[in-house]
Amino acid sequence: MENIRNFCIIAHIDHGKSTLADRLLEFTGTVTDREMQAQVLDNMDLEREKGITIKSHAIQMNYKLDGKDYVLNLIDTPGHVDFSYEVSRSIAACEGALLIVDASQGIEAQTISNLYLALENDLEIIPVLNKIDLPHAMPEEVTDEIVEMIGCKREDVIHASGKEGIGIEDILKAVVHRIKAPKGDPKAPLQAMIFDSVFNSFRGIEVIFRVVNGTIRKGEKVKFVSTGQEYGADEIGILRLNQQPCNEISAGNVGYLISGIKVAKEVHVGDTITNAINPGASLGGFQEVKPMVFAGIYPVDTTEFEELRASMEKLQLNDASLVWELETSAALGFGFRCGFLGMLHMEIIQERLEREFNMTVITTVPSVQFKAYLTDGTQVDINAPSEMPDPTKMDYIEEPYIKAQIISKAEYIGAIIGLCMDKRGIILNQNYLTTDRVEMSFEMPLSEIVFDFFDKLKSISRGYASLDYHLIGFRESDMVKLDIMLNGEKVDALSAIVHRGKSQEWGRKLCEKLKELIPRQMFEIAIQAAIGQKIVSRENISAIRKNVIAKCYGGDISRKRKLLEKQKKGKKRMRQIGTVEVPQEAFMAILKIE
Amino acid sequence: MVEAILQEMVLRKDYLIEERIDTIYFGGGTPSLLAASEIAKLLAAIQKHFIVLPGVEVTLEANPDDLDFDTLVAFKSVGINRLSIGIQSFHSHHLQFLHRVHNADQAKNCVQDARKAGFDNISIDLIYALTNETDEEWREDIRQALLLEPEHISSYSLTIEPQTVFGKWAKTGKLRVTDDDVAARHLEILIEQLEASGYEHYEVSNFAKAGFQSKHNSSYWKGAKYLGLGPSAHSYNKVSRQFNVANNHAYLRSIKSGEVPFEKEILSRADKVNEYILTSLRTSWGCNCDYLKNEFDYDLLLEQSAYIQDIIKNEYARLDNAVLSLTKKGKLLADKIASDLFISL
Repeated sequence: MENIRNFCIIAHIDHGKSTLADRLLEFTGTVTDREMQAQVLDNMDLEREKGITIKSHAIQMNYKLDGKDYVLNLIDTPGHVDFSYEVSRSIAACEGALLIVDASQGIEAQTISNLYLALENDLEIIPVLNKIDLPHAMPEEVTDEIVEMIGCKREDVIHASGKEGIGIEDILKAVVHRIKAPKGDPKAPLQAMIFDSVFNSFRGIEVIFRVVNGTIRKGEKVKFVSTGQEYGADEIGILRLNQQPCNEISAGNVGYLISGIKVAKEVHVGDTITNAINPGASLGGFQEVKPMVFAGIYPVDTTEFEELRASMEKLQLNDASLVWELETSAALGFGFRCGFLGMLHMEIIQERLEREFNMTVITTVPSVQFKAYLTDGTQVDINAPSEMPDPTKMDYIEEPYIKAQIISKAEYIGAIIGLCMDKRGIILNQNYLTTDRVEMSFEMPLSEIVFDFFDKLKSISRGYASLDYHLIGFRESDMVKLDIMLNGEKVDALSAIVHRGKSQEWGRKLCEKLKELIPRQMFEIAIQAAIGQKIVSRENISAIRKNVIAKCYGGDISRKRKLLEKQKKGKKRMRQIGTVEVPQEAFMAILKIE
Repeated sequence: MVEAILQEMVLRKDYLIEERIDTIYFGGGTPSLLAASEIAKLLAAIQKHFIVLPGVEVTLEANPDDLDFDTLVAFKSVGINRLSIGIQSFHSHHLQFLHRVHNADQAKNCVQDARKAGFDNISIDLIYALTNETDEEWREDIRQALLLEPEHISSYSLTIEPQTVFGKWAKTGKLRVTDDDVAARHLEILIEQLEASGYEHYEVSNFAKAGFQSKHNSSYWKGAKYLGLGPSAHSYNKVSRQFNVANNHAYLRSIKSGEVPFEKEILSRADKVNEYILTSLRTSWGCNCDYLKNEFDYDLLLEQSAYIQDIIKNEYARLDNAVLSLTKKGKLLADKIASDLFISL
């Protein structure tokens, strides 16, 4: 056990985590050049495209130093606030962390919150100044920031470049020398923490765990503490680039378990695996992951409902955090009300449905969960605008609030405070990290973050500001349902729950945006926004008068046919609401409002 | 070039085997630059290699500035019996915008000379919805055109293609694109004025006095086979459509080596159905649903019953004896309606 080192990487998106991880794998010979695919650890297409890790992964390396053989388990962590619980479990599985900071950018908000998490878990922090080769690197300033933040010595900061392969050996040496070997009793009753699970369509769910105490042996009966379910340990092993089966994994080490589990829902990240016959106690720290954002997902073509259901079921097999139930919309027919961890998670699900399952779907306006308290003393959860109770029966309504941490260059403070105030935020404090960088914290409603906050933050700070947030509870708010009508017919799928003080403005902007997004049709279309019975805004889309190309002779026919086929295909991505054809993106119009 | 086209004709003389030719068309580019003797040569070759019906329509597309009285007499004498004259506008600033070298007087004179030379089947082209063109200017163009009493008028709205100089100007804002509402109004004015003067609006862009519908244009919309010779020319034989290379040198080089340089597109059943819908709906004779059923085993009335009922109810279309045709209002939306009625791929 004294030769094992478990560590993770804490880094902001784009700070070069994946490239640096690739270099470690290469240097230790874990992957050969031939196997080397850029950014080996991010093996989902979407992850590679977005350059971020969505699911965590783990990989084991062998490293020889001063004549001793070491086993280094690198536990990769997701880099987005939507997946912060998974990050917390990955951190809990380690004794140390590489804190990777881009030498030209400095520490970002997401990094700080993960860093605090690591410090809380007593992890040894190895600071790494990455991209040191870039001409605009500012090693002195960023080192100051790091020293200030974690209280280390300047010489503890390793200078590296994943791209150029600089500092890789220093990092590996530091992992061995500075990070403590895991503690634990291999003879005690089994306690292993699940920190990830991976879906394999042939073998079922692969559970990734860290053994804290005891030993897990092939063929034994194991039990998951939170669910109480028992499984046979059909196959256990360690994670190299591919899986390597073995007979036992003892305290301190990381491995995988395959036991015929078919549904991701049965496996909870943070749960404890123990022996069914000689059980140990739960390791604690387990939480059910709760969805933060809700939205409807509907097939564009109503006949594809069953196909969509099958696709959602398959998605849920490998994404336990996706929850859904059936929902019917007057406008869209049958679909699903889904709960997501956050906006990125929602985007990922929609993209996976389109790419992996070839579905064309409409996602309706995302909403957070409100709590309505009725005059009869009961309380109901509201996950969709359609669930909003009749105002006459409602006593008051509460909405979720978050504490947001924003780090930015000092020159953007004014703009950021302005934005947060506009989003009903209250500033708690601001704290200068260096003379030029400031950390601010705000309390604000989660629903305001859902509606396009992040993009706006990025644009007013020219990309410099970073954001992290966590839920702090529910507060009473004056929320109302904003309805949209097309030619006098209410379209439930376009409704949104908004704050009363902003409802008129939202109504007006939403009508304007819809006017932009809905193409002109053969008749005039009236778009109206209403709160209760009161119309607060109206826009008209005039009928198209002319849609015919002048010439159509011998040489024009093929070209013209293809043009009209394209027009027809565009129509397939539209949904008929009453007589009006509404394009897919119009359902998300509220997110695109300036 | 004429030699090459003659050679291509020999190479492709079997393309329309056993078909009877009732229309010959010299068009695309500026065929009025040809000498009458060259046209005579081409017509003689056609007579030699194909079955040409008596009374065949022989059209020459011409620019007003290429046509003086003697040239017109010569064209008439070698067998041209229909002229399609690209007048476009009677306003000099619009003609300049279109890079036309002729002026309004030349245009008028050329039609009068053609009459004198004995042409009794003359079509003129007019363009509307030009940048900054007013309704009054357009009405004046129509009035001038009617004074010339052409048998046939083709009229197109200015269409900006993205790959052209105009397209680039439109993109950079250098050229203001007339919006569809103006184009719609101009087309409505045109239809109203020409119908009042005894022209039939027999296709979206084509108007004719009784008996003077263009046989040539109509054959495209009726799905007839055709053979196109020369660079860029398209041909169709009910199975495929093919088109020669556009580059003159590449064309000449290939023909010289005894090969016709073309690309070919095989048409699927859906392609054929869609092409029929798109072309037939533009015409006054409409889309014959029985023809679709018999020829392609496609029941349009059944497949699109709700949509068809809807466009009839809203007066975009009418249905008589299984023939679906568009009303005046519907013709302005012919492309949208055709696209909606297409078989999805």
